[in-house]
Amino acid sequence: MNIVECTNVTKIYEQGRVKVTALDDLSLSIERGSFVALAGPSGSGKTTLLNIVGGLDVPDSGQVVVDGNALQDMTPSQLANLRLHKVGFVFQSYNLIPVLSAVENVEFVMLLQGVPPRERRERAMAILDDVGLENTYHRRPAELSGGQQQRVAVARAIVSGPSIVLADEPTANLDSKTGHGLLEMMKEMNERKEVTFIFSTHDRMVMDYARRLIQIRDGRIFNDQLKPA
Amino acid sequence: MYLQLGWRNIWRNPRRTTVIVTAVVIGVWSMIFLGALMRGVADQMVRNGIATLTGHIQIHQMGYRSDPVIENSIEAPETAEHALTGLLPPNARWTARVRVNGVVSNARHSDGITFVGIDPAREAEVSFVKPAIVEGRYLAEKDEYGIVIGQALAEKFETQIGRKLVVMSQDTNEEIASRAFRIVGIFRAEMEAIETQFVFVTLPAAQQMLSLHQGISEISILLPSREQGDRVAESLRKAMPAELEVHTWQQLLPMVTAVLTMYDSFIFLWFLVVFVAMAFGIVNTTLMAVFERVREFGLLKALGMEPRAIVLEVLTESFFILAIGMMLGNGLGFLTTHILFRKGIDLSALSAGLEFVGMARVIFPIVLSKDIITANLVVFLLGLLVSLYPAIRAARFTPVEAMAHT
Repeated sequence: MNIVECTNVTKIYEQGRVKVTALDDLSLSIERGSFVALAGPSGSGKTTLLNIVGGLDVPDSGQVVVDGNALQDMTPSQLANLRLHKVGFVFQSYNLIPVLSAVENVEFVMLLQGVPPRERRERAMAILDDVGLENTYHRRPAELSGGQQQRVAVARAIVSGPSIVLADEPTANLDSKTGHGLLEMMKEMNERKEVTFIFSTHDRMVMDYARRLIQIRDGRIFNDQLKPA
Repeated sequence: MYLQLGWRNIWRNPRRTTVIVTAVVIGVWSMIFLGALMRGVADQMVRNGIATLTGHIQIHQMGYRSDPVIENSIEAPETAEHALTGLLPPNARWTARVRVNGVVSNARHSDGITFVGIDPAREAEVSFVKPAIVEGRYLAEKDEYGIVIGQALAEKFETQIGRKLVVMSQDTNEEIASRAFRIVGIFRAEMEAIETQFVFVTLPAAQQMLSLHQGISEISILLPSREQGDRVAESLRKAMPAELEVHTWQQLLPMVTAVLTMYDSFIFLWFLVVFVAMAFGIVNTTLMAVFERVREFGLLKALGMEPRAIVLEVLTESFFILAIGMMLGNGLGFLTTHILFRKGIDLSALSAGLEFVGMARVIFPIVLSKDIITANLVVFLLGLLVSLYPAIRAARFTPVEAMAHT
């Protein structure tokens, strides 16, 4: 079953008098439980596609269906609700709220969902243990390394039980060893919890980890490769 | 966690938060302290006016107020005095006076004055005269030729206790009446003008000199509380003979009454002015805090936080800043007014100017609960209101634009 269906999606940005076509009549389907990398040069449209799938941006034309929800029919409030319950995000940088500790950052999404405090704390601590951060509950982001921060971000993205995790260049600011460790953890989450992961990346290492590699150029898919199991 | 988030966020930049909290403290303190000072000034004006022979209520012959001549005296005051007994509240005091314009002179000087004949025992409970004696003694009931004058008048006339003064005025026969009095006491008043204006003798001495028999110029009443004035005056009007008029202190001191009304407006305007100055600081600080955190607000929206929740979060930060500032400002305001309440603020150096506007030399601040409530409500509600603008700006960042912000 497909968790993401994009049909003839077009997105055009206006920069002054110049119009830039970020996505050009793009169509794409992604199965539930996939571990997909969107690769391409800067300006190819991969981040735009990620933003549209995550409900952070709206296409100018076309249809996007995420976990059965047609995004073009949704109000901003409904999109926010979708992001809260169905979508997890891991960004390249600035993932965490600086004044909250690791466990509080992970709890934050559950707070927005209305999960009771005790359950929030238990689930947050459990997921932090899962990602190997059992000794860092009460540390603030400034007291964590880049890799640890990204792990907290992944923990936060997963703890609310989303259908899909969108990661935009998650290893860009990490050294290769740390990046490798992060990807191993995310792959394990994908296999164990069957969470769909979609990456936007330049990183060869991420492309190698992905089971499906979609290469985008000038807003179009020019190569879509499913790797053998 | 919103409270936690708001509290922690304001301390991300402790210096900035301290500056804006200090501004709120100073604003609230100035509202309370200066408001209390203005109330003290107004109250002192009223007290001085009432104590300076006005009282809370006065009864006169019809026409006396517009023409205070001896012909407009109350010739048979017994009816009025009897009526008072049943109508005044407990602990109210009253006294009868003769009050006419005259001239006082000695070998060296002469000057226009207000010649006042008093019942010493009753007068002591109603006006400022007895407690104001600083030299010699107060009038005794049987003083036929004793006179009490103000210190400024004594200095002006280069005279002292035991010396003579001659008082002249018009009597009921339209003849010039005069009598020599011996100075038995000298008083000091809040205002020098009072010291040069009034001279006091006993009521019988004044009545005798002016051929008034039992006649008097006025009855002055001092109530336990000045708020009772209107009600008591109304009941006295119904009971008094038709030829007598009853007036409250507000009617007798119209300028003081007008100033009191003005002060209410001044105080509220002062609150608004102080707040406007504070508001710029609050808005500026909150906007800075918001624009420093554009990406963070983008992240919050990306995570699914509703715009109204973001507005609430920013308002929570303003709430904490205002709450801390208000607590400290109120504390400082109460402390300074409490310290000054005992000693007052001595403005003697400005005494000439103060007398012109009817102010006393020493001001005691008065804190009214309505001023405290108004000041705090103004700061709190308007503070949150002006914080809405930066809060709404924060909520309007789109996640895509915000996350791309550098």
